[in-house]
Amino acid sequence: MSKDIRIKKGLDIKLVGEAKEVTTELPLGSVFAVKPDDFHGVIPKILAKEGTEVKAGQALFYNKSDERILFPSPVSGKVTEIVRGARRKVLEIKITTNGTQEYKEFEKVDVSKMSGEEVKNHLFATGCWPFIKQRPYDVVANPNQAPKAIFVSGYNSAPLAADYDYVLAGKEAELQEALTALTKLTEGKVHVSVGSSKSPLANAKGVEAHNVQGPHPVGNVSTQIAQVNPINKGEVVWVVTPQDLVVIGELLLTGKLNVTRTVALTGSKINEPQYVNVIAGAQISDVVKGNLNTDNTRVISGNVLSGEQVEESGFLGFYDNQVTAIPEGDDYELFGWNKPVFNKISTSRALTFSWLNPKKKYDLNTNTNGEHRAFVVTGSYEEVFPLDIYPMQLLKACMYKDLDEMEGLGAYEVAPEDFALTEFICVSKQPHQKIIREGLDLMMKELG
Amino acid sequence: MGLKQNLHNLKEKYKGKKIAPLFNGFHTFLYLPNETTHGGTHIKAADDLKRTMNTVIMALVPCLLFGMFNAGYQHHLATGEVERITGFFSGNFWNLSNLWIGAIKVLPLVIVSYVVGLAIEFVFCIIKGHEIEEGYLVTGMLVPLIVPVDLPLWMLAVAVAFGVVIGKEVFGGTGMNILNPALTIRAFLFFAYPTWMSGDKVWVHDAVNRAGTADAISGETILGSYAQNQEVAYTMFEKFFGFIPGSVGETSAFLILLGAAFLIFTKIGSWRIIVSTFFGAAVMGLIFNAVASNGIITDTSKFYGLMSAPWYDHLIIGGLAFGAVYMATDPVTASQTNKGKIIYGFLIGFISIMIRVFNPAYPEGVFLAILLMNVFAPTIDHYVVQGNVKKRLKRLQAKTA
Repeated sequence: MSKDIRIKKGLDIKLVGEAKEVTTELPLGSVFAVKPDDFHGVIPKILAKEGTEVKAGQALFYNKSDERILFPSPVSGKVTEIVRGARRKVLEIKITTNGTQEYKEFEKVDVSKMSGEEVKNHLFATGCWPFIKQRPYDVVANPNQAPKAIFVSGYNSAPLAADYDYVLAGKEAELQEALTALTKLTEGKVHVSVGSSKSPLANAKGVEAHNVQGPHPVGNVSTQIAQVNPINKGEVVWVVTPQDLVVIGELLLTGKLNVTRTVALTGSKINEPQYVNVIAGAQISDVVKGNLNTDNTRVISGNVLSGEQVEESGFLGFYDNQVTAIPEGDDYELFGWNKPVFNKISTSRALTFSWLNPKKKYDLNTNTNGEHRAFVVTGSYEEVFPLDIYPMQLLKACMYKDLDEMEGLGAYEVAPEDFALTEFICVSKQPHQKIIREGLDLMMKELG
Repeated sequence: MGLKQNLHNLKEKYKGKKIAPLFNGFHTFLYLPNETTHGGTHIKAADDLKRTMNTVIMALVPCLLFGMFNAGYQHHLATGEVERITGFFSGNFWNLSNLWIGAIKVLPLVIVSYVVGLAIEFVFCIIKGHEIEEGYLVTGMLVPLIVPVDLPLWMLAVAVAFGVVIGKEVFGGTGMNILNPALTIRAFLFFAYPTWMSGDKVWVHDAVNRAGTADAISGETILGSYAQNQEVAYTMFEKFFGFIPGSVGETSAFLILLGAAFLIFTKIGSWRIIVSTFFGAAVMGLIFNAVASNGIITDTSKFYGLMSAPWYDHLIIGGLAFGAVYMATDPVTASQTNKGKIIYGFLIGFISIMIRVFNPAYPEGVFLAILLMNVFAPTIDHYVVQGNVKKRLKRLQAKTA
């Protein structure tokens, strides 16, 4: 029997606005965009200039450091605008559709007969490589390194996250095909974690399945890697999410790159929290049309811990399968720092009473609940941090840029999202994920 | 609207000006600010540093109130105006005339401590242009509780100024200091005014004034009596509940333990430090008891009195309980790792009793022990963290071998 993954440390943040298990097909919107920032560390070299007609699956740009890595257009249409920011950095590549979806035809293949190298080249050519990410550094995988294992987390424990058991139902064939392809890419094992035996991933062949149990961040793939096969210096692990497996699987079976996501619309500012089928890069206003309470609302592409704030005119992130809308908290609260608190989550009991009722669902807003301070309190991060790493010491090492110390303290094993919970409970309101991201970027630059 | 809107307008007006940190400091005491998250997590837990500090202050209030009554009671007891009490709720203790002495002696200490400390804090924040941090709220409350009741206010003011500037601000403010600021203040008093601080008069109000006159009263602490190998005249009940002379807030082990329970329950204070400090002190006390009872040291030795004092006495008299619960647990100056906290606490307790017994000038060692361990806390952490680093290296070697 394979090893189960169990953790005790962590925190389930229960919020109102969980998606009901109903999926609506949305009509194809008119404008889509691919944001190179979604692929951290990639410097885009544009292939499809403004005015080019593209098909779904056709490359828009490639990675400057490795021209084999192509980034596909999710839809067919015309590249109408390339939005640039400071120093001509590409922010968005906007594609206007003509109402119908035309796919670029790729070869149909039988992965079970292919070699690792052939699978790799096929994924490059079809624009599927960006779906494979790597640890360390949490970036698009470097194809020149051999991974010691590949991990797929089939259980999402983040607040209000899409339920994989529901969104993946009926996709067994695609998942199996993609997993078979992954087994060709590594000498080691492909590890798949499942939250329950109902999961469509539970009976996948050729992979090692793990049952997971425990509070968030048990669904974070770093947590699972640390329990099963921790990363040492010099080792690489690749990571793919289940929704991306579906895309890869469908491509392998049909030859079409169909980046349709089943997105969970969640949060207290969504009128009818539910699931919708949309194509990656869709405009947010299309995704939430008629279902959003716009009164002082923050819309997030992703979950409340690690997602990206987006305007209604913005676009769904390339990897995201969740949109969350919560109230902005831009108001003062009289004596908010000392009065007893019943309507917010806290891990302490300092006149905060969320410990009385652990099942209650909260309607949290974006207020910081206090000002930014230096690190003062110790010992609280460890309660929500399941990795065998000293979180505050690693954060401080990242802040003073001591590469040796970062390496020693386990920076290779973490991704920014692993520090979302410590950031959430941080009394000093420090930006942990940003600190870790900058630390990892520095390591990537200096150590390669 | 009204007040909220007006204050918001003022805040906008002062933005970027020198006065901004000062205004925001007061503003945030009234209202939780309207800041929202940017990047990173979009929601945050309810606690901030103000709430954390406020929790510690709440745990200190019973000690302060008790200290005020006790200041009056010890004075009246020494002058013979009241009888020794026999029960916790005795009217000889909880009465207005006791409270009055407490109010005129203790409240000025609190006020001077806060006014001088916060003024310095404000000046530094305005110079450096950063927000006013809450660290001094707790320090300012601790200081009056760990000084003798008859301390002249000017001495306190000088000590607070020294402690805040040298103990904290030179390191960069709250969160950056190496030594506990409250104990730095206490240590400054001890070393700058030794004859005053280590005397046997300052612990009871008016004892200093009356010294040498016909109305002279004793102001000695229990530790002082032990150190001079005298009989100690207090019962266990008085020692535990705190009806004894001593620094303002440190006498009642009972209330301090209640405070400890509150701090541990709210998860603000570290139970690891509190428990291990008491444990360390008990171990040292037992060792000394063994030494004394085995005749290694006889009653002719000047250490005999303190060494032969039963070990549990050491835990409830003097400043040990107060130090363990409110001082050693300061997260900034304590060890930061969970394992380190246990070692750190144990050594504080152990060394406290050692210094207490062997200190020739003054029979108390808690504040010196905590300051000493403050200095060593980063070293303890270093070795704990290295353990984690080594484990990781070993994992790598096992793999490559």
